[in-house]
Amino acid sequence: MIKNKLAVYSLKGWLYLLPAILFLGVFMVYPLIDVFVYSFEEGYNAASQTYFGVGSYNYSYVLHDPYFLQALKNTFILVVITVPLSTVIALLISVGLHSIGPFREFFRTVFFLPYVTNTLAVGLVFMILFKKSAYSDGLVNLLIMWFGGESVDFIDGPYWAKMFVLCFYTIWVVMPFKILILTGALSNVNKEYYNAAKVDGTSKFRTFMRITLPMISPMVFYLIITGFIGAFKAYSDVVALFGTDLNAAGMNTIVGYVYDMLYGDSGGYPSYASAAAILLFAIVLTITCINLLFSKKKVYD
Amino acid sequence: MVTRMKVVLQNLTKKFPSRDRKNRQDVTAVNNFNFEIPDGKLIGLLGPSGCGKSTTLNLISGLIKPTEGKIFFGEEDVTGLAPEHRGIGLVFQNYALYPHLTVRQNILFPLQNLKGKDKLSKTQMLERTNEAARLVQISELMERKPKELSGGQQQRVAIARALVKMPKVLLLDEPLSNLDARLRLQTREEIKRIQKETKITTIFVTHDQEEAMSISDMIIVMKDGIVQQIGKPQEVYDNPVNLFVAKFLGTPPVNVFNGQVKNGRLYIGQEDVMDAVGCPDAEVYAGIRPEGFILDEKGSLGCKLKGVEVMGRDISIVSSHTASLNTTVRALIGTENRVDMGAGHNGGDILVRFNLVPHKVFLFDKNTEFCLSREGGSSGRLS
Repeated sequence: MIKNKLAVYSLKGWLYLLPAILFLGVFMVYPLIDVFVYSFEEGYNAASQTYFGVGSYNYSYVLHDPYFLQALKNTFILVVITVPLSTVIALLISVGLHSIGPFREFFRTVFFLPYVTNTLAVGLVFMILFKKSAYSDGLVNLLIMWFGGESVDFIDGPYWAKMFVLCFYTIWVVMPFKILILTGALSNVNKEYYNAAKVDGTSKFRTFMRITLPMISPMVFYLIITGFIGAFKAYSDVVALFGTDLNAAGMNTIVGYVYDMLYGDSGGYPSYASAAAILLFAIVLTITCINLLFSKKKVYD
Repeated sequence: MVTRMKVVLQNLTKKFPSRDRKNRQDVTAVNNFNFEIPDGKLIGLLGPSGCGKSTTLNLISGLIKPTEGKIFFGEEDVTGLAPEHRGIGLVFQNYALYPHLTVRQNILFPLQNLKGKDKLSKTQMLERTNEAARLVQISELMERKPKELSGGQQQRVAIARALVKMPKVLLLDEPLSNLDARLRLQTREEIKRIQKETKITTIFVTHDQEEAMSISDMIIVMKDGIVQQIGKPQEVYDNPVNLFVAKFLGTPPVNVFNGQVKNGRLYIGQEDVMDAVGCPDAEVYAGIRPEGFILDEKGSLGCKLKGVEVMGRDISIVSSHTASLNTTVRALIGTENRVDMGAGHNGGDILVRFNLVPHKVFLFDKNTEFCLSREGGSSGRLS
């Protein structure tokens, strides 16, 4: 009797889940598996839908492709620089926002503005700010020259100048979301802890390190994980800054490489694209797992 | 080891700006508080919610600054001092234990803040921590996190954390409000014991009069930011200065009647109930403690019987009276007076008659609500 009832309940449960499962299955799980399959089909031809054999050649090709290695390097540099920097800066700004009184709402809006503006549009503005052409210098270069420096072409110039612009831009773009999350987390910390710390004569710095930071650590950790994933998937920002021919600019990213392999001028190789995508997937998975292991020890819940 | 410290509050006033846009008048949470708390005593700050007792505590702790007035610890004026320089220990209502730290780390925390000449070595800190833990009997819980503790245990940790700095004054904000009834009884004994052992001047805030009466050396009754009465619990109970204090102290509460004093006699309804020598003729409120009724067939006050409740040690006779301000008049009678009443009665029109115990009856002026019949006027100040 009870068993029957449970069976009905569980049937009902699955029924409720059905729409979600259906959509996720068709639009997420199936493509994922398909990409995985593609990545092992050697010499796949999109037009005739045929392939020669099954093996790891696609991976070998991708891993030996200098463009992919360049993209890998660029992506890693971007991740390693922007994730910690943006998180720390966002934390500092949030703490600042949290402790000022009267203009808090105003500044919160100001810091949130980048979030509601279009990435491509802002990327173009950045490009103009940093660009140097035969006829004119960008605002940034004008500033550098005003301070007595040598002007640099940040868009078509040396590698590190371009990387600097990319990191700067990425940090600027991801900041608002982080600030939003962190100010929320900060205001969720019970004020009594601060009062208790105050009565005990705890210095501001120690209060922050020993009380505030552990209390908001789950949110900080969430931002780090999503930050890693987001930075690994960087593409549109790079296009906005350096145009579509990223390989020529030497500023390609992994996702950019995947795109080029599919649709770019040198495109039409879904197998290579799939292999690169699976490699990206593996990297992100590994890093997220490491993050989770680390957080078990450090994050208070 | 213990520094005893009397606490003096002088004209202490705290006004909060009004949030109401239409009515810009400040809210006065604490109004002209004058008081001297003798050292080494346990003081209960008592009042209904919103009466300013927690504000008073926060003023003493230094977490908020007074609008006017001064606070002295001993001879030292601490009004302008920040909380950490006052040498106080504060136990918050929700304990405010740091949830990510173990019990030991929680108790250690205040010690690690000490700087300069007060700085302690690691071993000294651990010694002090263990000592505080021993005092509140949580030595075996040191490695746990707060959420793994019961409410009572958390309370002890909070007290240990407040005591570990050896404060001059210990402040407790509603220390028992988060505990269940049984634990409350136990913990209040515990607070009394700890206070006796350490002899630290302790001030605690509560809205529960029973709690305050049972463990305090002295109670301060507040209402609307104004101190109503200060004294030993029993004195305040026996000699309330006004109707509010009389009503606020005691469970079951005092029974209030409309009465009249005529020619030195107190009349309730039409009945001449008792002597009221020294009282001018006037309309009064008569407050009668539940234990102030003596069952007597020829008694002077007759009430309509509603029922009898037997609750272990007491019998309470519930009745009604037209002159009573409460819907029921409750009289407590010890079980030794067991009279076979109620049996066979279904309430109805049965009349019970009582004689009144004179010192359990208080007369209050109808306008000022001040007590007219206080004996000796001994309350208010404690030597």
